[in-house]
Amino acid sequence: MASSPTSIVTLRDAVVLVGGFPLLSGVNLDLEAGTLSVVTGANGAGKTSLLRLVGGLVSLSSGTGEVSGIDLATGDLRELRRRVGWLGHEGSFYDDLSAKENLVFAAKALSRPTSEIDGVLYRVGLTSRASMAAKHLSAGQRRRLGLAWILLRRPTLWLLDEPYASLDDEGRTFFDQLVGDVVRSGATVLVSAHDPLRSSNLHPRTLTLAGGLVVGDEG
Amino acid sequence: MIRIALLVAAKDLRIERRSRVLLWQVLPFGVMGLVLSGLALGPTHAGHSSAGPGLFYLVMLLVTLLMINRSQAIEGSRGTRASVATLGLDPAGVFLGKALALAVELWITGAVLLAGAVLVLHTALVGTLQALPSVVVILAALAAAGTLYGALSGGGQGPATLLPVLSLPGFAPLLIAGERSFSASLHGGAFWQWWVISLVALVAYLAMGILLYGVLEDS
Repeated sequence: MASSPTSIVTLRDAVVLVGGFPLLSGVNLDLEAGTLSVVTGANGAGKTSLLRLVGGLVSLSSGTGEVSGIDLATGDLRELRRRVGWLGHEGSFYDDLSAKENLVFAAKALSRPTSEIDGVLYRVGLTSRASMAAKHLSAGQRRRLGLAWILLRRPTLWLLDEPYASLDDEGRTFFDQLVGDVVRSGATVLVSAHDPLRSSNLHPRTLTLAGGLVVGDEG
Repeated sequence: MIRIALLVAAKDLRIERRSRVLLWQVLPFGVMGLVLSGLALGPTHAGHSSAGPGLFYLVMLLVTLLMINRSQAIEGSRGTRASVATLGLDPAGVFLGKALALAVELWITGAVLLAGAVLVLHTALVGTLQALPSVVVILAALAAAGTLYGALSGGGQGPATLLPVLSLPGFAPLLIAGERSFSASLHGGAFWQWWVISLVALVAYLAMGILLYGVLEDS
C-alpha cells in the first residue's frame, strides 16, 4: 500500500458493509500525523462510519487500510483501539457512575495514576461536577466528560464524532482551544461535523462525504 | 486478567448499588414468583416441600434472565461500548468480572429466596442449609453461563426475546443438577455427586467464557 512515511491513516477503496448496505463505498484517504481534519456531509453520508473504521470499531469489508501502522484487514484491531480516543455523539461512559468514578475506572483500566484525574477535570471545567452522576450532567457537560476521558488516555489519534452537538458558544470556544492544543502537541485529530470549525486559526483540512465517498477535499 | 476482572466486577456492583435495580425490582420479582408458586400449588401441596427445590431454581432462572439483561444493558449504548473498547480491556477479564458481579447479585437473591422457600414452601431448614454449597456453585455457574449467553444474544444490542430462547436450553442441565442436589439435601441421598457435576459445569462455562467472550464481543 503506497502511503507517505508520515501518514497515520491510509485508506484505499475502503468499503464498509453492514447488513449488505454500503456505509462506505470506496474511500481513498491519507491523513498526516499531527494534523486536524474535519469530515462534513449530510446525515447518512458516512461520517460516523469513516471514524469508526479508522478507530477499528467496524470491520473493513473490502479495499485496504492502515491506521497507526496496523492493517485494518489483517492487523490486531484491539491494539488499534487502544491507540485511539473516541468521542461519540451517543454518550461515552457509565450513566450511573459519577464523572470522577468514570475517570477512575478508565485510569485504573489503563494502569494510569488516579492522581491525574483532578487535573483533567479542571481542564475540562468539570471540577464542580466531579461527584455528579453522568446521567445528571447536561449534554454539554457530558461532552466535556467525554473529552476528559480521552485526555486521560493521551491517544495519538483523536476521533471526535459530532463534538459540537449540544455545545453552547462557550463550549464551542473551549472545544476549539482544546483541539488546537492537542494538534500542537503532535496528535492527529479527525472530527465529523455538519459545519466547519469556527476558529479561524485552526486551519483544518476539510473532507466532504456523500454516499459513502469522499467527494471534496480542501485545505 | 484478574486485575481487570476485579475492576469490572467492582464497577458493575457499584452501578447496581447506585441504581438499586436489584433491591427494588429483582428481589420483589423473585419473592412474588416464589409466593405465586406456593399459591399455584395450593395450601395442601405447598405444605409438602417436595416441589420446593424445583420451584426455587425455576424462579432463580427467571431472575437470572432479568439480571443478565441488566448486566448487558450497563454496557448497552453504542457510545459507551466504543469508548470502553478503546480502553483495550482484556476480554477474558471483562467476562470474569461481569460473571463475578452477576454471581454476587444471584447469591444475594438466592439467600433471600431460600429464606422465602423455608417460609412459603416449607422446605426443611436443616436440609436447606445443607444445600447451600450446591446452591452457591449452581448460581455461580448460572452467572458464568448467563454472561456468555448475554454476549451471544447481542450484548444488550440484540432483541430482548433472543436471550431466553438461547439460554434456557443451556440452563436446563444446571436446573436439573440444582434440583437433584437440593432435593437430596432435603430428603437424603447423594447430593455430593450433583455438587461435583455442578462444579464441573461451572469450570466448563468459565473456560468457554474466557476463550470466547472476546470473539462474541467483536462480532
